[in-house]
Amino acid sequence: MSLLEVERLNVVLGESHVLHDVSFSVAEGGVTALLGRNGVGKTTTMRGLLGLVQRTGSVRVAGREVATLLTHEIVAGGVGFVPEDREVFAGLTVGENLRLAERRGSTHDYDLVFSLFPRMKERLKQRAGTLSGGEQQMLALARGLLNENRLLLVDEPSQGLAPHLVTELVEVLERVAELVTVLLVEQNLSMVRRLARDAIVLDQGRVVWTGTATDLLSDAQGTRDLLGVGVAP
Amino acid sequence: MSTFVLMTITGLGLAALYFLVASGLSMIFGLMHVLNFAHAAFLTLGGYTAWLIADSTGSFLAGVLGGMAVAAALGAVTEKALLRRMHGDHVPQVLLTVGLLLAFTALVRALFGSDPPMPTPSWMNDVTAIAGAPIPNNRFVLIVVAVAVYVAMSLFLAKTRYGLIVRAGVENRPMVTALGIDVRKAFMLVFAMGAALAALAGSLVAAVNGAVAPEQGVTLLIFAFIVVIIGGLGSFHGSALAALIVGLLQQYANFYALVGVGDLIIVLLLAGVLLTRPQGLLGRSLA
Repeated sequence: MSLLEVERLNVVLGESHVLHDVSFSVAEGGVTALLGRNGVGKTTTMRGLLGLVQRTGSVRVAGREVATLLTHEIVAGGVGFVPEDREVFAGLTVGENLRLAERRGSTHDYDLVFSLFPRMKERLKQRAGTLSGGEQQMLALARGLLNENRLLLVDEPSQGLAPHLVTELVEVLERVAELVTVLLVEQNLSMVRRLARDAIVLDQGRVVWTGTATDLLSDAQGTRDLLGVGVAP
Repeated sequence: MSTFVLMTITGLGLAALYFLVASGLSMIFGLMHVLNFAHAAFLTLGGYTAWLIADSTGSFLAGVLGGMAVAAALGAVTEKALLRRMHGDHVPQVLLTVGLLLAFTALVRALFGSDPPMPTPSWMNDVTAIAGAPIPNNRFVLIVVAVAVYVAMSLFLAKTRYGLIVRAGVENRPMVTALGIDVRKAFMLVFAMGAALAALAGSLVAAVNGAVAPEQGVTLLIFAFIVVIIGGLGSFHGSALAALIVGLLQQYANFYALVGVGDLIIVLLLAGVLLTRPQGLLGRSLA
């Protein structure tokens, strides 16, 4: 059964028509990867799903149309967001960032958050802007996991992280995927190979391929054609 | 020595007024990205409402509180009914707030006339000698009120959920909504609080001047904008620091140099800050 159904999503930013009738679905459970070269509209798709940019089209979460709702209403309906570049509130402490993320009508699972990210518990009183890049990524994920979500949108979590932190991140995301359905934008294909069950590929604002991640990544030539990069064996 | 004390305390009084007006302006800009010229209208509204209530009840305090309440309510209505429709459209927002200021100033002048005397308790107009300097008591009132507002607002920003939303919203408003928070409620709250603080300043400036005037808000608004820019757009603590610097500097320069030089020095200070630290003293880097 599909948890997320997107039909004819269009986004125009200024003079630029970024997304053209983007349609796809995300099955409940596990990780679905949203892939494509730089600038094809992956982040815009994420922001479009949440209403952070003006868009037209249909977005249904668990059968409920949300394209007519405001961003905070979509999120309150159980859609978490971990944005590109983390976007933690630098002037607030770690504790304040988490307190701000507490949603009304949801339980706040600090035990889960601190079991996944024990360093966050140690740094509750530290300003988020003084955390390392990896720690900021952990905080961004922690904010997304604090509430009960049906769907978690995670945008380029490995961007700018050192390799050992990426390994740590993959382990965390594996555990996260056991708890919530994840739509993941990611450039790191070895990470996608390890985490994703399904894959959607965008090119120039259009969906050009959907299927299982295994099918996509096992076809080296196809992957090179679609994503512009080779896949490590 | 007594002159210096007099200049310092009256300078602090001026700084207190600037802070009361600028703090609301700064928070409104920081969170909502609205250059609120109508802020001066709320200042005038506060002054005239306080005068109406104080004149009929004999209580200046009731007038001040009534002015703040009316301004807060009207501020909330203005945000919800007018500004919210123009969210993100800066030119219409500026036109609307300038229009409200001009229309309100003209309306007040037509209805109530200029300079009706503000009834204040006699002790406020007495003087107290400090180190030989005769200080009008109303300057102490200004300073005490500004300090109380600073402490209360600091606690609000640091300790309450809405304070947290305001601080986060100044940094990154879209991300606040992406956490499931209806930031429009914070907009309305901040706008109402800013209007109430402007009304408070309006009542107090009328008490210091002895009368309430329709244009009293406009003069203060100009310096309040300068304070907001020097302190850093959206920075509450920056507004407090900049108000202190501007108020004292203006008073010292006007007395020790030449009357009018104070205004010139403030404009030069503004230019210096814009050239060397465009984000303001305590503002976040614009880079």
